[in-house]
Amino acid sequence: MKRVISLLLEHEPGALARVAGLFTARGYNIESLTVAPTEDPSLARMTIVTSGSDAIIEQIVKQLNKLVDVVKLRSLSDGRYLGRELMLVKVEAGTADQRNDMQRLVSIFRGRVIDVTDATYTIEMTGNSDKVDAFLLALNDVELIEVVRSGILGIGRGKKTLRI
Amino acid sequence: MILTGADIVVNCLKDEGVEYIFGYPGGAALHIYDAIYNQDAVKHILVRHEQGAAHAADGYARATGKPGVVLVTSGPGVTNTVTGLATAHMDSIPMVVITGQVPSGLIGDDAFQEVDTVGVTRPCVKHNFLVKDVKKIAETIKKAFYIATSGRPGPVVVDIPKDISAHEAEYHYPEKIEMRSYQPRTCGHGKMIKKSVELLLGAKKPIIYTGGGAILAEAEKPLTKLVDKLGYPSTSTLMGLGAIPATHPTFLGMLGMHGTYESNLAMYHCDVMLAVGARFDDRVTGDLDKFAPNARIIHIDIDPSSIGKNVAVEVPIVGDCKSVLENMLDLLEGATDSINRSEVDNWWETIKEWKAVDSLQYDTSDTVIKPQYVIQKLFEITGGDAYVTSDVGQHQMWAAQYYQFEKPRRWINSGGLGTMGFGLPAAMGVQFGFPDDLVVCVTGDASIQMCLQELSTCLQYNLPIKIVNLNNQYMGMVRQWQEFFYDRRYSHSYMDALPDFVKLSESYGHVGILVENPKDVESAIKEAISMKDRLVFIDVITDPEENVYPMIAAGKGHNEIQLKPSKSEVENRELA
Ligand SMILES: Cc1ncc(C[n+]2csc(CCOP(=O)(O)OP(=O)(O)O)c2C)c(N)n1
Ligand SMILES: [Mg+2]
Repeated sequence: MKRVISLLLEHEPGALARVAGLFTARGYNIESLTVAPTEDPSLARMTIVTSGSDAIIEQIVKQLNKLVDVVKLRSLSDGRYLGRELMLVKVEAGTADQRNDMQRLVSIFRGRVIDVTDATYTIEMTGNSDKVDAFLLALNDVELIEVVRSGILGIGRGKKTLRI
Repeated sequence: MILTGADIVVNCLKDEGVEYIFGYPGGAALHIYDAIYNQDAVKHILVRHEQGAAHAADGYARATGKPGVVLVTSGPGVTNTVTGLATAHMDSIPMVVITGQVPSGLIGDDAFQEVDTVGVTRPCVKHNFLVKDVKKIAETIKKAFYIATSGRPGPVVVDIPKDISAHEAEYHYPEKIEMRSYQPRTCGHGKMIKKSVELLLGAKKPIIYTGGGAILAEAEKPLTKLVDKLGYPSTSTLMGLGAIPATHPTFLGMLGMHGTYESNLAMYHCDVMLAVGARFDDRVTGDLDKFAPNARIIHIDIDPSSIGKNVAVEVPIVGDCKSVLENMLDLLEGATDSINRSEVDNWWETIKEWKAVDSLQYDTSDTVIKPQYVIQKLFEITGGDAYVTSDVGQHQMWAAQYYQFEKPRRWINSGGLGTMGFGLPAAMGVQFGFPDDLVVCVTGDASIQMCLQELSTCLQYNLPIKIVNLNNQYMGMVRQWQEFFYDRRYSHSYMDALPDFVKLSESYGHVGILVENPKDVESAIKEAISMKDRLVFIDVITDPEENVYPMIAAGKGHNEIQLKPSKSEVENRELA
């Protein structure tokens, strides 16, 4: 099962390598990993999507907590959380038909066309991973030129917080 | 006080109370070496290879309980140290390793003797730092000692670029350090401790299984009290030997791959298991599917990730072994009457039957020297009070099986990584820690050649180590596996062209004794010990094809333990 873990870590060089290295060294799955500084410049926040049995997830959480750079960790998927992903898709859109079809699809999925050329559209789509996947599926017949996905960003619902 | 980075490093070590640094110089570390030259509070020990420095610091730490300190240069200095780091990391040994780095401006340029030290060492240290500002040196070193010695201990690397060690800053060594991201927990959970005591008191077939964590936590006193109070059988991993005295009436000997029959069967059949600072390593558990099928397990460990990693645990207790055991003892006060003595007595009866099998019995001989006999004599002569370091192989197992460790921190070996070459440099570290005590290195003809160069260090510092080389002219342990599992195809496990170890020792300025006859073993050991100020290398030519028994083959369960085949079985096999 997919699990989402969110963590705050010291914003130090090498901290990301420690987390990534842990996953490869111990053979854990890593589906996506996003990291960026927070409003407190000394901290970075990371969202990791992984999968495995309960025992493996327990180990992943413990091993992450053991890293000296990890300040705080929360297993988001243990409770209610919001997960959002950003995707940028560049598609072939040279003909009027292609452009119309694309406009329609994009508006159904509430995305945006953010760049237009003679031959292409670039679309921005955000949402949970299911929605982003569904949009890609809907583009079945369309020539995809490039797809970029951010991986999930996660935050707990309501009072569930991860802060120091 | 304004000092250079290099002087700050040395002052930090002094203020941290460091006695010895084990090291080897080179370009990127030269400012620091210059700072060492100008003082005599911290003594530098010059080894002959950086691996030797790391193992020596490690041995010092294992024997004294104080962190071992290493200083090496960048690039090859660091890569030579890596084996020592991994060895210490696997066994949770506190070390602080300072490494020179190329100047900051050259980092990333493939500069001369540049290696990504933080990257190369990351997977085999507890933590590491690259210091980029001279003002951060003192704080970083303080953190390094704090991290290395607290929680589950381990090695920490501090990488210092050459220009940073030349820059100047105000020196101030912090008294204390707080880290928001690192706050190891030492106190066990009260509810869990209570539960563990209830479980123990209700046990019918209990076993107490202790590991290296019990020694690191210095938990020997409450541990021995606990086994005394409960009167339950106890066993230990290779790493935990000495926490409970080997001759203690409850002690069943070591468990695991080459553990005794009684301890492995007691593990298999127990109904309640108390694991103290042990990590359920595969050499101990054998096949996990067959591991203690009826056991309800209590596990005390300072590292939460050790608990439930390999084996499901009913009562997890995260905390310092010593303090948790003390809490348990408090709860046991006046409560032991509720122990089901008749059930436990029955259990002891069963165990005594297993014990009667005498699984460590070996064939004696008066023509060829049996390695077990050598260790037995060594034990008898030294009364179990020597510091014994070891390498890796059959000799290591025989040392663990036949030397009865009565005290913790006496048995110094690379259990987790199994590093050949560890024994001699580790013995140097121990001897520095305890200059007046007897330090013996039990080694093998292959292992000793992996850090042999340290014989030169031993001469320089007059270290009167006694080396007992169980010379079977084989990589015995490899040969044993090839005998058992590869139909005696001894692929590259034969040591051809062995040196004359006696002459070799003499050429390094030491004493060498060759022993080829069983009747000379005792006198040779005594003679070596009597030479109080000399290193003596005893080269004991042993039975080349002796095997270590009992044995649980890799992937088998405790209940599938194999005993030494009887003479008739061996003869039949040879005829067949
Ligand atoms: C650095 C290293 N390389 C290889 C091994 C694998 N290994 C384990 S035991 C052994 C043979 C050891 O031979 P020796 O030191 O003569 O000891 P013996 O088993 O004969 O007592 C080897 C090669 C190891 N443990 N460490
Ligand atoms: Mg050998």
